[in-house]
Formats: sequence, structure tokens, C-alpha cells
Amino acid sequence: MKLTVNGVERTYDGDASMPLLWYVRDELGLPGTKYGCGIGLCGSCTVHVDGTAVRGCLVTVGEAQGKSVATIEGLDADGNHPVQKAWRELNVPQCGFCQAGQIMQAASLLSENPNPSDQEILDGMNGNICRCGCYQRIVSAVRQASTGA
Amino acid sequence: MLDQLQKFAGNSQALPSGALNAVIQNVSGTELSRRTLLKGLGGFVVAMQLLPANRAEAFVPYPTFGPGMPHGVVNDPHVFVSIAADGQVTIIAHRSELGTGARTTLPMIIADEMEANWGRVTVVQAPGDEPKYGNQDTDGSRSLRHHIQPAREIGAAVRHMLRQAAADKWGAKIEDIEAHGHQVIHRSLGKRLGYGDLADAAMALDTPPRDALSFKDEAAFRYIGKGQVQIVDLHDITTGKAVYGADISLPGMKTAVIVRPPAVGAQITSIDDAAALAVPGVEKIVKLPITPLGSKFKPLGGVAVVASNTWAALKGRDALVIEWHSGEHASFNTGDYEAELRASTAKTGASVRNQGDADAAIKNASRVLTYEYYQPHLAHAPMEPPAAVATFVNGKCEIWAPVQSPYVARTDTAEYIGLDAKDVTMHVTLLGGGFGRKSKADFATEAAYIAKELGGPVRVQWTREDDIRHSYYHTSSVERIDVGLDKDNAVVGWRHRSAAPSFLSTFVKDGGTQHEIEVGMGLENLPYDIVNISAEQCKAFAHTRVGWYRSVSNIPRAFAVQSATAELAAELGEDQKDFLLKMIGEPRILDAKQSGLPGKFWNQYEPYEEFPFDTGRLSHVVHLAADKAGWGTTLPEGEGLGIAAHRSFVSYVAMVVRVKVVDGAVHVPEAHVAVDCGFVANPERVRSQMQGACVFGMTAAMNSGITFEAGAVKESNFHDYEMVRSDNFPQVVHCHLVPQKFEVHATGVGEPGVPPFLPALANAIFNATGKRIRNLPIGDQLKA
Repeated sequence: MKLTVNGVERTYDGDASMPLLWYVRDELGLPGTKYGCGIGLCGSCTVHVDGTAVRGCLVTVGEAQGKSVATIEGLDADGNHPVQKAWRELNVPQCGFCQAGQIMQAASLLSENPNPSDQEILDGMNGNICRCGCYQRIVSAVRQASTGA
Repeated sequence: MLDQLQKFAGNSQALPSGALNAVIQNVSGTELSRRTLLKGLGGFVVAMQLLPANRAEAFVPYPTFGPGMPHGVVNDPHVFVSIAADGQVTIIAHRSELGTGARTTLPMIIADEMEANWGRVTVVQAPGDEPKYGNQDTDGSRSLRHHIQPAREIGAAVRHMLRQAAADKWGAKIEDIEAHGHQVIHRSLGKRLGYGDLADAAMALDTPPRDALSFKDEAAFRYIGKGQVQIVDLHDITTGKAVYGADISLPGMKTAVIVRPPAVGAQITSIDDAAALAVPGVEKIVKLPITPLGSKFKPLGGVAVVASNTWAALKGRDALVIEWHSGEHASFNTGDYEAELRASTAKTGASVRNQGDADAAIKNASRVLTYEYYQPHLAHAPMEPPAAVATFVNGKCEIWAPVQSPYVARTDTAEYIGLDAKDVTMHVTLLGGGFGRKSKADFATEAAYIAKELGGPVRVQWTREDDIRHSYYHTSSVERIDVGLDKDNAVVGWRHRSAAPSFLSTFVKDGGTQHEIEVGMGLENLPYDIVNISAEQCKAFAHTRVGWYRSVSNIPRAFAVQSATAELAAELGEDQKDFLLKMIGEPRILDAKQSGLPGKFWNQYEPYEEFPFDTGRLSHVVHLAADKAGWGTTLPEGEGLGIAAHRSFVSYVAMVVRVKVVDGAVHVPEAHVAVDCGFVANPERVRSQMQGACVFGMTAAMNSGITFEAGAVKESNFHDYEMVRSDNFPQVVHCHLVPQKFEVHATGVGEPGVPPFLPALANAIFNATGKRIRNLPIGDQLKA
């Protein structure tokens, strides 16, 4: 199987049913994608497949064959995607564990809808849980990344 | 870098090279974030402020319980600060980072008091080593309470040592030498040197005595109290480089997942591991001994599937066939247990407070009102499920884990695997949430045990199902309050009975009795101006591992007391806020003897004269929250405001929550939180804690309940143990901090925001709908 991860072409001949989450963490050594629930309910493992946010625990390596995968490590070469910058400017994280998934979800949301309404932000981020409770700042950061203010 | 590691990473000579690499990665990641921060602070111009030569009076020391903690408090600058020849300052964070910001705030205080430029500070996490660093238990909302003074002392000592080194070098008097902004200056001689130039000479000096130290005036603080310093891990978190428990990778490392007993202490009847071992990648099955309740933080035991990667381990575990004995807790069912707790509070319990004669007052009252509140067990469910990495080489064990109490984890693990503590190293990663779960490092011990069995590195990964089914659960409780009214509707007696299994049962044989810590959290210290008050604890035995969960017993206590207060207000036709203030009464310091306690208030073990219960401060936050929220405003149909206040972790918090109930669904458009936590070192992180506390409280109130059937937990993941999400979080949390000078002792903020949220929400729901919530979680109780 061949797939591209963060711009690098990868060949994999292991278990095709392995979820992308474990593939990027265990096989590629990219631990920024987090395990939170394993059944698509928390969004901690959100990655992009061909530019769209998916749950890394639900999509297998086999299903990603021939596709382009981006993880938090590959979202932006310098870590300066507008969403990442907004996240830092608004001091969003507390413990930080869910944040990679939140950022990947927000980046995908904004690439599909560059100027979402407040309700569209809430709807778009509803699959991502933050136990520390950073939602208020997450919503503000998504808005800031979309409008620049 | 390696020098720093050897200095700070404990037994680094025992590290295999791969392990060293992991530590280096961890540390260099931290450096990266510091550099970024330096850029971020580029426009932050620091005014040169002249410091008086000796301002010891700017900081009058006061006692806390810090020195009473195991291994006490260490304030030796040589332990916490080092300065490189290029001026880069390294400060040790010895508290774990759970998301409160302690890993940033304490080093920031040291940096400010030593006049270091924050942009030239690197923070390095200490391993678990209390004889060296002092107590490291990161719980009890005590990081700032116990360490704000030592942090200032450390910083002031380093500043003094730098000035002394310059005095020695220049043949000048220390009194004529100032230290500002990473430089030491002698104005009349026109000399100045950077901190790096004096580093070796300064750090070779003995630690000066405290009375030789000068402290900065509050007006001269550059970082303390400003809220401008961002958390040190911010860049790493947003770029996926922050290192949590499962993120350490060692060469040849295996992954293990474990099947644990469905009910605590259940033994294994049979294991069929043939299918598991047939899964490609599965390499070994390791049995861990089963432990009964009362085994402290020892692993529950079970069967580990060890594989070359996580996915193979999970598939292998699915294929494992295990039969279990039912065990002594197999008859534990949540529904029966609730009835048992209710029955327990129907009877007189053991007195913990007896002020006046509440029994007689209630017996002779014109009217008696009885309110009963229930909360089931709860699981912490941090976003990072427990995970740890361990390796075992040449009789030494090295562990990386997200632990709140790294030294306890280290010594417990050493004992469990039969090593001396000196041969175990416990590195502390970031914690993906803790909430008390990660004070109990059973997962780190599991990793060490399996690493020893394998003779090599392993990661133990808990699944979400493991986390929810094998936690150290928040106590379940029934809190019953009987109130006696006289013929004029004055409250003449208040009797509070609590039945809740104790976390003591996790440590020793269960006597069905709560610990003084649990009694001290809102049962013995009702701050109401009522003549006759009694508090009793009623028997309740544990049938699962009970542990502390963010805010601990304060949650059910605040829920009961603050709900009952609002119920009484409604009964008497009075305003919730006015009635609450009437109950609290005139400003006074609660007195244990007058309150009818057999001894002292527990008071978080803090010296009472330094951290007294001041009802005036409680009333003040009630007024503040109510004023900011516009208490008394008329709201549309289906909306309501609710208020509650509670002192916990020696902090005073009041909240006004606004709800909107639509078709039985509860929305919180806004909450106003008023906090008096003494001096605030990092207001930005205090606000984030309060915003988070409202979300955490909302989840606890709306959704959280663990159901036991035949001793096993029914819930398993976020579909049946739900978290508040973007569609129902408290939308805007306004945080109002009571400004206080340094002399008003810093208290703590990690936990005290949670307890008042639940009753404030329930009280708001009552005002919006007329329905009174007495049993948690709320779930769909408001749906028709």
C-alpha cells in the first residue's frame, strides 16, 4: 500500500485494517495525533485525508491508500497555520491533549467554509470533546482564524 | 544539554541511549516553545524600575501547610535554578502540569523575583524525587498556595547571589548593586554584567539566609499578577510536539493492553489465549496479580496482551477468552446502593458537629422540611486515558508517565516490582487532564511490572473503556438536610447527614466511615448564622475503588447545602440571593469551638489563623457575582438565574448561572463567577480554570453517572458517559477576581470553581421551570 503522509510518500505492507491513528503513531512515530476514545466520539485523533477532517480511529490505512494524509505535525511547516496562530493568541489550551484534534477539525472547517457563522462553528466543532472546558476560547479562536479578528 | 539532563533527570547513568533520546526530545521541545515565546514577547517592553536595596518588608512570610506535606517544601535555589554561561536560565518545575498552568506560573514567579527575562528562561520538568524537590503531589489546589512563597524566596536568593558575585568581582558593596532584566548593575562605578557572566560565581555561593534577602515591591512585578506570560507548552501543544504519557517512544518498545477484573478483586477462573497469541503482532501474555479493595494504588491485576503495536494488542485482547469468579463485590448494584445510602441517612449517624441542639430544635419546630440529594459514582475521564512507558534494564526501571504524584508513583512502583526506590526513575510527562485520576498511578506500575517481565521497554495503553470501567471513582452520596422552622418561619435548626463511601477504603480496611478530609469539605463547616447546627456522617461501605475527583466531597456538599438553601427561600417566598446572604449572616470568622466541633476545622490542613473561614469574604463574592449578573432582572419565559456560593480549598467562589430550558434541554448562555482566592499570580490561568470549572460542572450535573451492575461498570465510552460539547457548554463565563495584595494569602483555583456550579445550575433551572433537581445527573429529568 502507498499513501502520502505530511507530504512524504509511505509504503506499508502491514495490517490494512489498522486505523490511521495507530499507523501514524506507532508506525510513523507521529504522536501528535491522540487516542481519546477509539470509536469516533471525541475527535482527539482528527487528521485530514485529502484535505478533509476525519477521525483517525475510524479510517483504516487500507482506506487511505493512494490518498494524502495530514496530521497536526504536517498542518503547517512552521506551525503557523492561521488556526494555530489564533489558538496561541487566545491562550486556548489548558492540558492541551485534545487540541491537535480541535485544530485539525477547525482547519478543515475553515477550508470548507472560510467565514462560518457562530452556529456553523458550534456545529462544525461538535465532534471534538475538551474535558478541560476550553470551548469558549475554541469558538473565539475559530472565529478569529476566519476573520483575522 | 546532557549536563542539564544529568543534573535534572535523576539516575541518568541508568538510561539506555534510546531513553535518553526521548528525554532529550522532551527537553528540546520545551526549548523550542521558549524560543517561540521570546519572539512572541518581542514587543513587551520592560520598564527599568529601581529596586530598593532591602525590601524584606515587601514580603512578610506566613505559615502554610506546605512544610507539613511529605518531604515538605524545598526553597534551595541551587535545586531549582541554574544559569548557563550564555545567560540562559533553567528553572525546574517540580509540580505536574494537568492544565492549570502551574508548570508555567511557579517558574514565572521565580523568574520575576530574580529579575530574569522570561524570554531567556527554559523550564525543565523534575522527575519524581521529593527528597530533592520537596513534596510533588499536584492536587488539593495547592501548587500556588504552598509554593508561591518558596518561589519568591528562590528567585530573591538567586538575585542576591548574582549581586554578591558582582560585589566580589568588583570589590564593591552588595548594597550598591542592583539586578534588573538579566543584568547586574553598579551605577556609580558604571559597571554592568549579564547574568551569564556571573553564573558560575553566583551559583557557587551558599544560599543566603532569608533575612538577607530583599524582595520586590508588588509594583515592581513584571510577570506576577499580569497574566501576560503564556504557558510554556503553548507552541508545542498547537503543533503536536507536546509530550504526554503515551508519546514516549523507545527502541524495541512493545505495547500492552490489559483485561482487568470486571468487579474489583474478582479472580480468574480460566484463560484461553490461543486466539490472542495467533493475532499477528501479538507476542506475549503477561498475568498481573489480582488485588482486592484497599490495595492503595496497586494495579487491579488481570491479563496483559503484549504486541508489537497498539492495534495488534487491541485485536489480541479482543480475542482473549477469560472466565472470572464473581468476587466479593459481585452483588454491587447502583440502584440498590442508592436505596442503602438513603436508608443510612434516615438514621442518626456519627456526630461531626454539634452546635446548640439541632435535634431538639427540629423536634420542637413548627415545621420541618427535609431535603435529600443524591449523586452516583463518577469517573474522571481525562481526555488522555491512563498510559505509561517503562523500561527495565540491569535491575533498574525507568518510567515516563502523566502522574500527579510522581514520587508516590515511584516509591509505590518500586515496592510493587521489588526494587529499591533509588533504582526507579519516574519522569513526568504532560498530563492530558488529571482531575485526581492520575494521582493514582496504577497504570505506571502496570507498565513497570510488564517491563520487568519483558526485560525491555513497553507502553501500557488504557482504552477509554478501561478508563471508565476501572477508575478510582468519585464518591456516591446521599446528603440529607432537615431544617426546622419556628412559627415565624425563622430557621432554628439545621441537621445535615451524609452517607458516602470514603476514599479511605482504597487505603485500608473499610470501616464505612469518612475521612476527616471528606468531612471537612462542607459537612462540618456550614457557614450559616443559625443557632442549632448538627452534622453527622452515616455508614456507607465501598464496593469499588473510591478516589478523589476534582473538588472531591465539596461537590455533593455544595450541591446539597446550596440547593436546600434555595429550596427554603422558595418555600418562604424569599429571593434566593437575599436568603443566602441572610443565612450566611454578618461578617465573622467561624470559630470551631462555637461551631460545636470536637476539635479544629479540617481547613485543608492549613493553619486556621492564616486561612480562616471569613463569612464576609463569602458574602462579598455572592454580592459580586449577583451584581455582575444583573440579579433581579426579569427574564423571558423558560429562562432563569440561579445562585450558589461555596468555600473550598480555602478559596471563596460564588456563581450566578443563567439557564434557558427548551423542550427539556438545558442551555447556559452565561455564567458569572466571582472568585476570592487571595493574591492572584496568574489571572489569565485563573480565568481559564473558572471557564473550565463551569464546563466540568456542567458535565457532572447534566450527564455523569456510573452505573454498577453485578459489581461491573455498565458505561464504557462517550456515548453512554457523555461529556458537554460545543452544543451545550456554558457559552460565556465571566470571571470576576477580587483584587488582593500579596499579604492576602494565595489559596487555590484548580478545584473550587466546580462545586458551586452544580447548585447554581439547579437553582437556575428551578427559577426557569419550577422543577427542582435533587438527583444527579439531570439527564432527561426535564423532558416531559
